[in-house]
Amino acid sequence: MTEPLLEINDLEVSFGDTPAVRGVSLSVAPGERVAVVGQSGSGKSTTAHAVMGLLPGSGRVTGGTIRWRGEDITHAGENRLRRLRGREVGLVPQDPMSNLNPVSRVGRQVAETLLAHRICGRREAWARAVELLGQAGLTEPARRARQYPHEFSGGMRQRVLIAIGLACRPDLLIADEPTSALDVTVQRQILDHLDGLTRELGTALLLVTHDLGLAAERADRVVVMSEGEIVETGAAKQVLTAPREEYTQRLVAAAPSLKTPSRRPVSSSDVVLEVEHVSKEYRLRGQRGRGGVLRAVDDVSFTVERGRTTAIVGESGSGKTTTARMVLGLVPATDGRIRLDGAELAGLHGARLRAARQTMQPVFQDPYASLDPMWTVERIVTEPLRTFGVGDRGSRRVKVAELLDQVALPAALAQRYPNELSGGQRQRVAIARALALGPRLVVCDEAVSALDVLVQDQILGLLSELQRELGLSYLFISHDLAVVRSLAHHVLVMKDGRVVEQGPVDEVLTAPSDPYTRQLLDAVPGATAFAG
Amino acid sequence: MTIDAGTPVPLARVRGRTLGRLVRNPMGVAGGVLLLIVLVAGVFAPLLAPYAPAEVHFSTPFQQPGTVGFGLGTDDLGRDILSRVLYGTRASLEVGALSVLFAVALGVPLGLLSGYWRWLDAIVSRLADLMLAFPFLILAVGLAAINGGGLANAAVALGIAQIPTMVRVVRADTLRLKETDFVLAAHTMHAGPWRILGQHVLPNALPVIIVQATVIMPAAVLGEAILSFLGLGIQPPDPSLGIMLSDAQQYLFRTPWPGIFPGIALAVICLGFNLFGDALRDALDPKTSR
Repeated sequence: MTEPLLEINDLEVSFGDTPAVRGVSLSVAPGERVAVVGQSGSGKSTTAHAVMGLLPGSGRVTGGTIRWRGEDITHAGENRLRRLRGREVGLVPQDPMSNLNPVSRVGRQVAETLLAHRICGRREAWARAVELLGQAGLTEPARRARQYPHEFSGGMRQRVLIAIGLACRPDLLIADEPTSALDVTVQRQILDHLDGLTRELGTALLLVTHDLGLAAERADRVVVMSEGEIVETGAAKQVLTAPREEYTQRLVAAAPSLKTPSRRPVSSSDVVLEVEHVSKEYRLRGQRGRGGVLRAVDDVSFTVERGRTTAIVGESGSGKTTTARMVLGLVPATDGRIRLDGAELAGLHGARLRAARQTMQPVFQDPYASLDPMWTVERIVTEPLRTFGVGDRGSRRVKVAELLDQVALPAALAQRYPNELSGGQRQRVAIARALALGPRLVVCDEAVSALDVLVQDQILGLLSELQRELGLSYLFISHDLAVVRSLAHHVLVMKDGRVVEQGPVDEVLTAPSDPYTRQLLDAVPGATAFAG
Repeated sequence: MTIDAGTPVPLARVRGRTLGRLVRNPMGVAGGVLLLIVLVAGVFAPLLAPYAPAEVHFSTPFQQPGTVGFGLGTDDLGRDILSRVLYGTRASLEVGALSVLFAVALGVPLGLLSGYWRWLDAIVSRLADLMLAFPFLILAVGLAAINGGGLANAAVALGIAQIPTMVRVVRADTLRLKETDFVLAAHTMHAGPWRILGQHVLPNALPVIIVQATVIMPAAVLGEAILSFLGLGIQPPDPSLGIMLSDAQQYLFRTPWPGIFPGIALAVICLGFNLFGDALRDALDPKTSR
């Protein structure tokens, strides 16, 4: 075996007195691709940052060694680290939106890395930058290099960051969640490209990610971390298909897959929600006279049946959230009809809208934002009861205990505040609030997207359990095909405000008739690995 | 973005967090101590002062500080400076508290409403702009000149002059809060605007309101001194730090003491509120509390 490029031994990192990484050992051989997988707070990013000497705030290495080509760089000085960063180890950071300087031309930002390491002169650096941007997959790199970051989409910015990371031809590229802010199809393009480039240049890759499927697909070796420790390491295929450790097994089981779940067929088929030819137009500002119009949602029709789930899938900007907001009556539809239990919803006012809202409740994406931080759980859950004047103080208290029980939260939590709860607990509270009025339709807008895999699995389980018990109907908005697969009966695929395909979930997701759906399906990381 | 499923934080820690941050900030502690001294002096002035503030001792004018019976000396009419500073501080705090109340009572509702309804915002914000076009003091002096002197009128003038800043701060926070998911969720429960403003927006805007109040307070205290100095605020023989400064001015080169002590008192009051307010803002700032 060749000498490892990077060798971490018994690494310990603490933030203040709180240990974040405990006894982590891993190595990366030249040209090897290693993925570090874990949930948030598992210490995966901290480990990566420790290598670069970029620990934020009070973080410091308290034990163990980091060796780079045999040289101990654990406590290397700033000078040594500066030479290391960029030149020998490249970094592709997570958030493409905040990692580029908005007032500097893109080409300049790439060239800067070259100049900082005195690899070449100013003029040559610019030429190299253009070349690098081209390699990173930008069309017309010469023109693009003169543009500013705000003229680029998220995927293009990530390509720029990759160009910067690879500018000095480092031996190791650390990619910290390089694509978690991007849509799946873009993610796939970026990762394919990253793959190709690193293979071509013989660069080793340390990929930090929360997505097990992505790790398995892109890496030779997978390191699974949890709570600052390494749980399991092994060949990607082996960790995914035959995990040894119990934690990894749980993680693999919880990852929503594209396999058909065993779902009990629901017999009833009366329609709860009927959406017909709904459109939403936004007038664009600043264009006098003709006035530009953005059709966020264009002629969308679907139904939700009792006790069933209709899912809307799409990437950002596809109009899926706008559709959900029109159903909830938060945004008026420009055109079309929305009927809830046969009653026309669009244009409802006063008492009738009030009645309609009683049968329909939302669960939003971010459980940190959707609960008022100043309120106790009890007050949050009983808010709909109070606004609708249901029951008195005593009966509401009983109802709270009942609702918390339904979402599997201890009744003792009723007096807590949201910031004392975990993400999963908060989302359960949001679900309890949605159930308070006994609605027939629950609109879940990316309700599990912000949660870690294990928690996501629990919430999905809870949702389908509640559906069985209470006969609830869901309108489920998501960008995640695997999540949709595990919950939905009927699925709509949206793109640019239009429905490109809809039908029963098994049909659409196994034999898609539209090329865009196929593209989406292919882009799901680990699809082949899981299916195999 | 992913959200971790970590262990819940115990209740006591969250409750004590703001206070804990305040106590750990040395500037905040210093401000708090100054504030405490000022408040005790103002509230218990009748008990602490050896003489009535307007009591004259024509036999002993211009006493040096440290004179037996007159701890901080006497002024041109032989009035005890200590007693007058204590009562003056009391008057300053009264005016400050009243004008803060006034600014809060009018500024907060206007801010909430204009943040919530855009048509109202156009009117309220332009009016606020109009008022802000005049320097705070010019506005206060103008209002005080129209209303006439006296403690209450001075407080009203200073309070009105501070309304626009309060409106702006509350409006900005309302604009932020009305876009949050929990307000959106409240909409889907058919909660009306009053319920949303009163139960969701106002409690969440309280931190900025409190912080803005600690900014208004020293400005009002200083404003009162200036109005009184100009003869537009509290009228003699009622004691005021501003009047003391104005009186001391004539004899400043003979004995500076009647001017120095009210000056120190003013500085301490303003410093206390400013330091405490800064620390409070840092402690309440959600950006640093996660």
